Amino acid sequence: MPEQSIDDIRRMIARHKLLDHIFAIVGILSLMVGILTLLALFTELAIEGAPRIGWKLFTSFPSRHPEEAGILSAWVGTTLIMLVTAASAVPLGVASAVYLEEYARKNWLTAIIEINVTNLAGVPSIVYGLLALGLFVYKLDFGQSILSAGLTLALLILPIVIVSAREAIRAVPGSIREAAYALGATKWQTVRDHVLPYSLGGILTGTIMGLSRAIGETAPVITIGALTFIAFLPQSPFSADFPYVSFRWLMDSFTVMPIQMFNWTSRPEAAFQHNAAAAGVVLLVMTLIMNGIAIYIRYRFRKRIKW
Amino acid sequence: MRRVREFIIESILFLAALSSVATTFAIVSILVIESFPFFRHVPLLDFLTDTQWTPLFDDAHYGILPLMAGTLVTTAVALLVAIPLGTIIAIYLCEFAPHRVREIIKPFLELLAAVPTVVFGYFALIFVTPILQKLIPALPGFNMLSAGLVMGIMIVPYIASVSEDAMHAVPKHILEGSYAMGATRFQTAVRVIIPSAFSGIAAAYILGISRAVGETMIVAIAAGQQPNLTLNPMEPAATISAYIVQVSLGDLPHGSIGYQTIFVAGLSLMLITLIFNILGYFLAKRFREVY
Amino acid sequence: MVNEKIKAEVRNLNFYYGPVKALKDINLNIAEKKVTALIGPSGCGKTTYLRCFNRMHDLYPNNRYEGEIILHPDALNITGPDIDPIEVRMRISMVFQRPNPFPKSIYENVAYGPRVRGIRRRSELDERVEKSLRGAALWEEAKDRLHDLAFNLSGGQQQRLCIARALATDPEILLFDEPTSALDPIATAKIEELILELKKEVTILIVTHNMQQAARISDYTAFMYIGELIEFDKTEKVFTVPSHKLTEDYITGRFG
Repeated sequence: MPEQSIDDIRRMIARHKLLDHIFAIVGILSLMVGILTLLALFTELAIEGAPRIGWKLFTSFPSRHPEEAGILSAWVGTTLIMLVTAASAVPLGVASAVYLEEYARKNWLTAIIEINVTNLAGVPSIVYGLLALGLFVYKLDFGQSILSAGLTLALLILPIVIVSAREAIRAVPGSIREAAYALGATKWQTVRDHVLPYSLGGILTGTIMGLSRAIGETAPVITIGALTFIAFLPQSPFSADFPYVSFRWLMDSFTVMPIQMFNWTSRPEAAFQHNAAAAGVVLLVMTLIMNGIAIYIRYRFRKRIKW
Repeated sequence: MRRVREFIIESILFLAALSSVATTFAIVSILVIESFPFFRHVPLLDFLTDTQWTPLFDDAHYGILPLMAGTLVTTAVALLVAIPLGTIIAIYLCEFAPHRVREIIKPFLELLAAVPTVVFGYFALIFVTPILQKLIPALPGFNMLSAGLVMGIMIVPYIASVSEDAMHAVPKHILEGSYAMGATRFQTAVRVIIPSAFSGIAAAYILGISRAVGETMIVAIAAGQQPNLTLNPMEPAATISAYIVQVSLGDLPHGSIGYQTIFVAGLSLMLITLIFNILGYFLAKRFREVY
Repeated sequence: MVNEKIKAEVRNLNFYYGPVKALKDINLNIAEKKVTALIGPSGCGKTTYLRCFNRMHDLYPNNRYEGEIILHPDALNITGPDIDPIEVRMRISMVFQRPNPFPKSIYENVAYGPRVRGIRRRSELDERVEKSLRGAALWEEAKDRLHDLAFNLSGGQQQRLCIARALATDPEILLFDEPTSALDPIATAKIEELILELKKEVTILIVTHNMQQAARISDYTAFMYIGELIEFDKTEKVFTVPSHKLTEDYITGRFG
């Protein structure tokens, strides 16, 4: 290679550094695209939705008149379905994670289970809806009910719960387990008294993140047949006579927040766009609060237990 | 006694773990079982080559091509946005951004990923489409361009996050070798990091493709729901998943041909995403083996 | 070993990590209520040997015991394949190299062993916790903060807590795996003092990297090298007139 004068070298370096700076700017611009989109989204929703947000929104049923229409049935439906989803996904997911981390041996069966968990995480949500339609709604005859929807969403978020529970369990140091075993504890006692309590923070975080994802899921719930114009509430879980708790609401028809928003967005009347935006704001705020809680829990647990 | 109790507990936990296998099995079974009668009614060749998808009309056609085209075009538009943006952001966060910036930006990206897709759909229809219509006067109210663009932005966090993890995993001593030779950050990123992290980055892209193919609501809201065999993103169209939603919104007598078509559509979707997931899995595995 | 009550007899003990033979034909007797030290260079198998006594190896796959460790007075074979490891751990306790208290309160840490054995009554637990903490010379420092997190104790205190925890189950043998290697000299001295007290009630087996420690506190010393027992005798004899050249070389620092 021919000898380069010091000037040539300096010029080359300057060129390279220029490229470097240009790229840094491109990088920031790219980030800006994402951030600006997010801001535009929030602002658009806030501005469009503002006229409708108020007590009336939360306490009215959907209606043909946009000013009267509210999300009462939708947010009640979302809440009830989330109860079913949490009650199904958490035990199943945590139990799976405990098995995989504490009990499973390294054999082909374990590999199959793990591959399945990874695979399920990548299945489009609408396919879960189809599964639910064929299995829960028809074959098992749960009908187009809260129970079906809750179970469907539970299956959808199961991989999320399993993965985060596994990570949380793995973070418990082996020395703690050895200390418990050395004191004569059985495997289950070690898991119940030590592994699970200490990984609770991570498990809770993962569960809440999963639930916040489930709240926004529309496609699978539509597929089951959630109706978009529900002007009544599911039956109350509390009843006047013994045993004071009723499960009849599980079989009721329902609607959920994202579907209500979808329905309003699809209406040609421009006035309904305000409702859609308002519903969007509520949905976003719910999602953000849940994510925020999850992150806060993760932070608090990390402070309490210093490994 | 103790042994019996431990055995029972282990069995219960094992059964719980099998639930994921059972779920996969259930998904595949339901899709196949419910699609089966359809294929007795409609020859496979017609299904794959007919250029119209109109199962609910009197003169019914059952060609999957229009839906495939819709999925293809929206995915392509989305990736044209998401791959460059996602990769650039990943490189920037990995090599360029000061620590504080990285800490602030990452939550924002997580936020972007947490927005429900129906909200994105609303955004595409009400905000993005009118803006695009100002730039392209002939643009119809429902079009694949708007849906594709918003889908792309939605996927950026996935691609950025997984790519960045892959890039971060390149060992420090390799990076130091590059810097020690007088390379700039950009040169190191392009010549050292990207090639080394390539399988991981490719896995990120595959993840993005898979996500885009399966996405439903953004397209259902912003691209219209009419199957349309075209490669022009400025037209309205329906994707495989949007079709399923459209039919589900109506009345579906159990066992009718209309009912079966959504399962056929679902089966096609599953096969496509399965291929991409497997590809992504092997790429990610190869990446892990290298390091 | 004349005139000593034997607590445990090790007969032809072999141990395999998978295909690798880590312990070769160990034969030795552990004297009751005495301190037996295990010394030797890194990798000689002393910790492997220690962990056979409470079947810790059972926690991980592909491990195999051959031979016997007979626990007296009831002649139970600790390494017997039909013996439940949990039963063994109920009678033999262990203190680990790095203090590993549970992220619970001091009280709950010590109470865990008894709880696992079915003791639930508060008064009984209180009694045991106090007795164990006194036995570990930690009572005075801990009695006003029993419900504080164990993590708030210093390293040396945490290790004494782990000793208290191990004592709470009234073990017949107390196993120590290099208990002071992570501690400063003052904390080390406290624990050595403690061991000398404890041996009045419990048989003690201690693995140590520190020869001087073995010389200070043990009654019997076993020297191991690459999985084999080279020499085993009264500590005084091993450190002054060892029978084997290898032992002498190790003790005088010619290798280590």
